[in-house]
Amino acid sequence: MSILVPAAPRARTRMTPMRAALYLLLLVLAVFYLVPVFAIIVTSLKGTVELARSTVWELPKAADLSSYSTAFTALAPSFFNSVFLVVPATILSATLGSLNGYVLSKLRFRGSNVVFTLLLFGMFIPYQSILIPLVQFLETINLYGGIPGLILVHVVYGIPICTLIFRNYFATVPRELLEAARIDGASVIGIYRHVMLPISIPGFVVVMIWQFTSIWNEFLFAVTIAQTPTQQPITVALQNLAGSLAPEQNIQMAGALMAALPTLLIYILLGRYFVRGLLAGSLKG
Amino acid sequence: MATATAQPVILERLPRSRSLRLPPWEKLTPLLLIAPSVILIAVFVYGFIGATMRTSLVRWNSALPDYTFVGLHNYQRLFQLDRFQADLANTLHFTAIFLAGCIILGLGAAVLLDQRLRGTLFFQNVYMYPLALSFVVTGTVWRWILNPNSGVNVILGNLHLDFLKSGWLTDTHTALNSLGIAAVWQMSGFCMAMFLAGLRGIPEELREAARVDGANEWQLFWRITFPLLRPITLSAVIILGHISLKIFDLVYVMTFGGPGYATDMPSLYMWIATFQQFLYSRGAAIAIVLLLMVAILIVPYLVWNLRGETEQ
Repeated sequence: MSILVPAAPRARTRMTPMRAALYLLLLVLAVFYLVPVFAIIVTSLKGTVELARSTVWELPKAADLSSYSTAFTALAPSFFNSVFLVVPATILSATLGSLNGYVLSKLRFRGSNVVFTLLLFGMFIPYQSILIPLVQFLETINLYGGIPGLILVHVVYGIPICTLIFRNYFATVPRELLEAARIDGASVIGIYRHVMLPISIPGFVVVMIWQFTSIWNEFLFAVTIAQTPTQQPITVALQNLAGSLAPEQNIQMAGALMAALPTLLIYILLGRYFVRGLLAGSLKG
Repeated sequence: MATATAQPVILERLPRSRSLRLPPWEKLTPLLLIAPSVILIAVFVYGFIGATMRTSLVRWNSALPDYTFVGLHNYQRLFQLDRFQADLANTLHFTAIFLAGCIILGLGAAVLLDQRLRGTLFFQNVYMYPLALSFVVTGTVWRWILNPNSGVNVILGNLHLDFLKSGWLTDTHTALNSLGIAAVWQMSGFCMAMFLAGLRGIPEELREAARVDGANEWQLFWRITFPLLRPITLSAVIILGHISLKIFDLVYVMTFGGPGYATDMPSLYMWIATFQQFLYSRGAAIAIVLLLMVAILIVPYLVWNLRGETEQ
């Protein structure tokens, strides 16, 4: 995916009126995208008293971190619930996805395209269409209400996207590599373990970043299934923070930043891989 | 044929011969490897959709399951409800502004970033970071910005632009569009990334040749660049369109469907009907209608991809 590698700037760098106009447009757009960041800064760093109406958009006179400590106390347990949800769900769905991707790219059988398309459809459905039987099922197996049930749900509904990314990744592996391994006597499983798995690290990075971000940010399953107050993921807890615990805006904004931080850090540090996952469903890279 | 631009494909086109030939005793191994996933999807996607369809055809409208068959009665009632009619109108209105906003901003930003200026990587990262956030975070922050008492109205007042002040999320006439602003803010970067990948895939020689033939930059864009981006635009419309039909988190967090039913959507009403009002059969009927709307967009896209592959 070449989109994060911009074309080299043209040699001449004289500031023409045309260029100035282009930069101005780029800046105007940037302001639009950065307004919420500014809103978080100016509100979360203020005490409740300073959140007066006419100066809400002005910087605080002195940074007041009390809203952060309040938000942290309220959200820390659910932050860790999210960690305990995201880590196993990401690893399991990536593992299943890599096995499927291997089979559906390198070991295709009669009807494998149909199987793949039927799998893929699962990532586009509105989850409302499976929610009622899902809740009944989780109640039956005693996994309704908390993180273990959510892990199962995210593993299952993560299969399509993980399979898609790995299938497209493995498609670029030359067949000669696999045939060489076969001549050396490797079995189907042996090829996976000794050839595909070692070279699929970048694929795993893309899939795991994608799954981490999606599951961390997910809300519909979380608000439906993780009803127990001590078992809520961060998205549900943040929403509840606004409802009852702390209606003050500064605390909500501090909480929003806390909920956003892990995925934001991933984006800043590993944006290249994030974009690859993002475009996996719509574009070949 | 070498493609001039990144093609919107969901399936990497794989010629049959790239598959490995297996001896008879290993023919079953691939099937065993994908069996767990296939079984899980068969049950959790197709089995559960079937169960939801069944629920939509019975009279289960209280906390206790009641499997008395009533045919399409729930659907008939549903389409007569003022609330559901509002939901359908809202979802179409919202999808229209969401798509228009994302495509205009996304294409505009992509064209700007493709001008070979210094520092574009910084701007690109700024335009795309909202994609890493959850709709709950976006909703929490934009709920404050679009609150008539605290947010953007204060700025407009300070700038003496009072005529631009609005009720935003609290006014039935502007609530849906306000929701659209937050949604476009979050998702337009996706559109931009798609268009930018497309633009970077167009060889410079092609544009250079058109310039030699005397085309100006405006003609160049509309006659060369834009037609080459058409498959990507279609892809963006399908992907963003289905996201828009399914939008739930943002509405839940910002307005919960209000004021009145001004921002209510099928995805939200399904949840309220099922899990707050215990009208399970009604919730199931809404879910099936929603599924059909999404399927109309997605199934042709998937089938088109599948066919493109088997032809090779």
